[in-house]
Amino acid sequence: MRPTRVLAVASAGGHWVQLMRLAPAWNNLVVSYVSTDPGLRQDLAAEDFRVIVEANRWQKLRLLKQLVQLLLIFITVRPDAVITTGAAPGYFALRLGKLFGARTVWVDSIANAEQMSLSGQQVRKYADLWLTQWEHLSGEGGPAFLGSVI
Amino acid sequence: MIFLTIGTHEPFPRLVRAVDAWCAASGHGGDLFGQITDQGAAAYTPGNFKWVGRLTPQEYGDRISRADLIISHAGMGSIITALQLGKPIVVLPRRGHLRETRNDHQYATVQRLGNRPGIFVAEDETRLPVVLDQAVSGLAGAGGIGISRVAEPRLTMAIGRFLAGKPLPEKS
Repeated sequence: MRPTRVLAVASAGGHWVQLMRLAPAWNNLVVSYVSTDPGLRQDLAAEDFRVIVEANRWQKLRLLKQLVQLLLIFITVRPDAVITTGAAPGYFALRLGKLFGARTVWVDSIANAEQMSLSGQQVRKYADLWLTQWEHLSGEGGPAFLGSVI
Repeated sequence: MIFLTIGTHEPFPRLVRAVDAWCAASGHGGDLFGQITDQGAAAYTPGNFKWVGRLTPQEYGDRISRADLIISHAGMGSIITALQLGKPIVVLPRRGHLRETRNDHQYATVQRLGNRPGIFVAEDETRLPVVLDQAVSGLAGAGGIGISRVAEPRLTMAIGRFLAGKPLPEKS
């Protein structure tokens, strides 16, 4: 049987710091990481690491490039599961994840203590597991709470 | 060494200006290094401490691990890194109405996170000098112990099961 492949995606900065803290979750699985700064390779041992372009929601051309780069990564990696802490690349990764038939996990950044992030709200239908890190935001019809990164 | 970092992406001249004024008044400028983004440096160029626009992740890691005190926007990357290293951090939240970020999520998050040992929150720039003096005076004898480098085990275990295609445990 083919080992379970996980694609772990986050933009550079606080999203990446939070993704790194979740790493024990895929200890026994095969992981490929995706982020937006080549220097982040230093945080990893020998794991597969792929770099895509940085883009925020206002930079349409860069977003398009980021989406195409992610699509190519999906074609080569063929992940069984996708996990992200955001932001823009995480949104694309979960949408592509559903297209490719993968299980998808959104962990909303702990920086969002009053409501889910905008990308977190937009990605809802594409997240099989839709998580907040704040218990008071969880509940019926809302995101689930299973703990936080700190 | 005091390390000022305003985050990877957006400029934050309100913080840089206030730290520059504090350096002039307190004499700590010679001991302070700042990462302030290129756009931020164009908006306000500090005169009382050394600074750069951006740092590679390696340079950032080097600076932050050598620092005795961190000054930052209230971004979770900076806060979690400081907690992991067991170093005190002074944060000034970015505000939505000043267009420093999209909304007031930094302000809301520090309200809920604040008062953890080692996190000093300055609500606005007028409070910053007092909070900085407080943090600096606490440095003698502060031998911080960092938090674990990983998330809560209940979270990573649940996510691990889900990623592997196993059912999540029933809620108790």
